[in-house]
Amino acid sequence: MKVVLRNPRRELDVPAPKTVAQLLTRLEVVPESVLVIRNDTLVTGDERLRDDDVVEIRPVMSGGAT
Amino acid sequence: MKCRRCKAPAVIDVRRHNAGFCADCFTRHCREQVRRAINEHDMFDPDARVLVAVSGGKDSLGLWQLLRELDYEADGLYVGLGIGEYSDRSGDAARAFAAQRGWTLLEVDLRDTYGFDVPAGAQAIRRVPCSACGMSKRHVFNDAARSNGYDVLATGHNLDDEAAVLLGNVLRWETGYLGRQHPVLPEAEGFVRKVKPLVRLSERELAAYCVLTGIDYIVEECPMAAGNRHLGYKELLNGIEERSPGTKAAFLFGFLERGHERFAGDAVEEREDLHPCPECGSPTPGDVCGFCRLRARATRSIPVEAIGVQVPEATP
Repeated sequence: MKVVLRNPRRELDVPAPKTVAQLLTRLEVVPESVLVIRNDTLVTGDERLRDDDVVEIRPVMSGGAT
Repeated sequence: MKCRRCKAPAVIDVRRHNAGFCADCFTRHCREQVRRAINEHDMFDPDARVLVAVSGGKDSLGLWQLLRELDYEADGLYVGLGIGEYSDRSGDAARAFAAQRGWTLLEVDLRDTYGFDVPAGAQAIRRVPCSACGMSKRHVFNDAARSNGYDVLATGHNLDDEAAVLLGNVLRWETGYLGRQHPVLPEAEGFVRKVKPLVRLSERELAAYCVLTGIDYIVEECPMAAGNRHLGYKELLNGIEERSPGTKAAFLFGFLERGHERFAGDAVEEREDLHPCPECGSPTPGDVCGFCRLRARATRSIPVEAIGVQVPEATP
């Protein structure tokens, strides 16, 4: 499956784990810090993944010091 | 996972509520949280004129839309900070958002109006860019809201922002800042009322709201904020939240309910010491306000020695 990461934008090809939660664990991404988007739709941690999926992992953290 | 409310397939899980939501129920949840924050903290009346400070990011654009969905009279304010292509894209996103909806967007360009931008300001005072940026935004937001007759200025500070600021203030026992840390800063001589209606929503919830409602926000982070202390605190709190969902909300809401009052006196004392800045009229505890000192250094239009500016040394 293809994984799109942001800031900076880059792509990874990885074997599809069973679920979104397992993908985040494998990539060592804290779920609270991202949204996972497949085909322009948000998906939850228990959603099952397939090898032909393209998934964006979008960071949600922002802000300066004020 | 099913939606907690209607049992349709969920698109977002919110661990601190131990719940999933479908798109419709989630956007309703966001509106309810904003409505609850406004009412709980008595932020403003239904007929108030609200100015929303927008950056082109998820929080501020999401806030503007949520306030409109709740039928508030809310206009936007975009401040051009001059942070290269990042500011160009942020401004484009804010303008496109407003234009698509036919909503009023006020614009102030820091360089055109005040003669300097954030990079120049940061270089002039030899502090991190976020320092010059925050000082400039606070001044311009207040000035724009007052001069255009708005009752209240709303900013997109969310639960994560406020929890991270609280952690920083506690770690250093900044009692004055703790006294001022509240979703409402009341109006006072020279100050417009300032509110934070997103205090009950996490930044992940805001991002999800924007994706689900088609808001085209700037995903990229400000290049000048990368690696700053505030983001480090957020990462720490997210690590704790991962192990113990709900901790961020408990930390912040517990402070607001049981801790803030203990420090409020420090903030009141600070406000009582304020008087108008001789340069711009804004309230300041010193001879010349921080923004005018910053501007003087950045533009060199006013001899620094003439206004007695003391510039802090750079932190190693």
